[in-house]
Amino acid sequence: MELDSLYQEVILDHYKNPAHKKLSANPTVSVHHVNPSCGDEITLNLILDGSKVKDVSWDGVGCSISQASTSIMTDLMIGKEVPEALSVVDEFTELMQSKGTLNGNEETLDDAVALAGVSKFPARVKCALLGWMAFKDASLQATGKNEG
Amino acid sequence: MTNLDVALLKKDFPIFTKVMRGGSRLVYLDSGATAQKPIQVLDAEREFYEKHNAAVHRGAHLLAEEASELYEGARSTVAQFLGATDDEIIFTKSATESLNLVAYSFGNSDSSNRFYLDSSSSIVISEMEHHANLIPWQQLAKRTGASLSWFPVTEDGRLDLSNLEEVIKPDVKVVAITHQSNVLGTINPLDAIVKRAHEVGAVVVLDACQSVPHFAIDVKSLGVDFLAFSGHKALGPTGVGVLWGKAEHLREMEPFLTGGSMIESVTMTEATWAPAPRKFEAGVPNMAQAVGLAAALKYLTALGMDKIESHERELTEYALKKFSELDRVEVIGPKNIEMRGAVLSFTVEGAHPHDVGQVLDQYGIAVRTGHHCAWPLMRKMHVVGTTRASFYIYNDHADVDALVDGVRQVQKYFKV
Ligand SMILES: Cc1ncc(COP(=O)(O)O)c(C=O)c1O
Repeated sequence: MELDSLYQEVILDHYKNPAHKKLSANPTVSVHHVNPSCGDEITLNLILDGSKVKDVSWDGVGCSISQASTSIMTDLMIGKEVPEALSVVDEFTELMQSKGTLNGNEETLDDAVALAGVSKFPARVKCALLGWMAFKDASLQATGKNEG
Repeated sequence: MTNLDVALLKKDFPIFTKVMRGGSRLVYLDSGATAQKPIQVLDAEREFYEKHNAAVHRGAHLLAEEASELYEGARSTVAQFLGATDDEIIFTKSATESLNLVAYSFGNSDSSNRFYLDSSSSIVISEMEHHANLIPWQQLAKRTGASLSWFPVTEDGRLDLSNLEEVIKPDVKVVAITHQSNVLGTINPLDAIVKRAHEVGAVVVLDACQSVPHFAIDVKSLGVDFLAFSGHKALGPTGVGVLWGKAEHLREMEPFLTGGSMIESVTMTEATWAPAPRKFEAGVPNMAQAVGLAAALKYLTALGMDKIESHERELTEYALKKFSELDRVEVIGPKNIEMRGAVLSFTVEGAHPHDVGQVLDQYGIAVRTGHHCAWPLMRKMHVVGTTRASFYIYNDHADVDALVDGVRQVQKYFKV
């Protein structure tokens, strides 16, 4: 069924058991993003150690795609240097905008390639990107902060 | 009363021949957002462009005459449909524009005008308003310094009118309220509200988007002062909406949009206004769309608004019964049929509305998901959003059954 390309097993697993879905204390930066078309909301806390992503934690409400995608993203980002993390965000964004023409590189995107099917459902791309955009925003704010 | 012949009338709607995802037929349960169009409406629009197209009220040629006649004929059709007079009907682009027209017009008034608002006045709305009948008033209050208050909504999705006299205080100038909630299906009782509003000298603005397409409306017996609806929810084209206002009010109101066609005379520094409705119709209007809307209202009239109402009532009753048999599915809004229209919002435990809609789509079932442009209401009902099925003339029991089966598939798919 066409639906199975959207709701991969990995996604449903992350939806049922989201990773890092508990806000850590004392974040370097905390951001709040909403998707006004469906009302999904996320708060994301980022803790940097120098230029390294030490911790990403979050809380929020949303559909299975936004929840699973955010969960996968946190697993992926923790431990990375910020510039590398941001390039992974760009790579994932490109995958989401590919309208089903890309499969995604498993080496860099890991579990996030399971979201490739989302790109065939234009209405869901924003859901998949919600947490990633929050992370990007937080990283840019945090690094701006550090430099300043 | 015999019911609508759904199988027969559906043949008038070309879209129902479309093959949907997974090869399914179209089960269209999103008429609350916009209705599908019968061929009669499409033909009326095409015929306008093919045979009569010209700018109304301008040229001195045959086409301009024909176009003007059709456009003004459309105005009469709308007037008859609502029990109003022709000059009380203003064509806008949508209900959103109609409501903004009233709000901005009031905001443009000077202190000699009865619609003038300042910090000593207040505006009343309700917690179940669509953003289109909320934000214009909220912002008008901000601009003028007027205060904004509202009728709360009860747990079962009805307006709480228990403090009617405290909510509609003597300083209230405007009461803007929806006739039927686009989320809950609740039909609001208007008599007491209108009576109290008029007692304190306030006008009542009715958002009739979800009522005009579904049951017979007579503006005189409703007693309200203004009424707004969108053509596209009543089988008509997009790009045309209606504002009805009592003639005496339209006479006194300031224009909203200014420009061509709405003037009486103009100099480099001054302008005076044409009488209503033209005072409120600046620029070349959406002519073909108005003509299409007239065709839609004629189509509805030929079916019979009373028949439409009883058809939808019967269908909603059936759907409410079927939904009450579903486990872990909750109807958000009144669960009995009294004072309730053909809108059914629900939540499925463990599944987000967006995911519910996605699975239903796989079976060709079109529903609306999310906050339905009624974010404050969602918060009040303690939900992040709902899945909404809305019924119209072309829906039948088989559609409700498809929806109920679809919801079971959702539960199976997400194991909830
Ligand atoms: C109750 C209600 N009011 C206002 C509107 C706004 O209508 P439109 O977007 O056509 O202007 C809608 C449409 O969703 C509605 O359901």
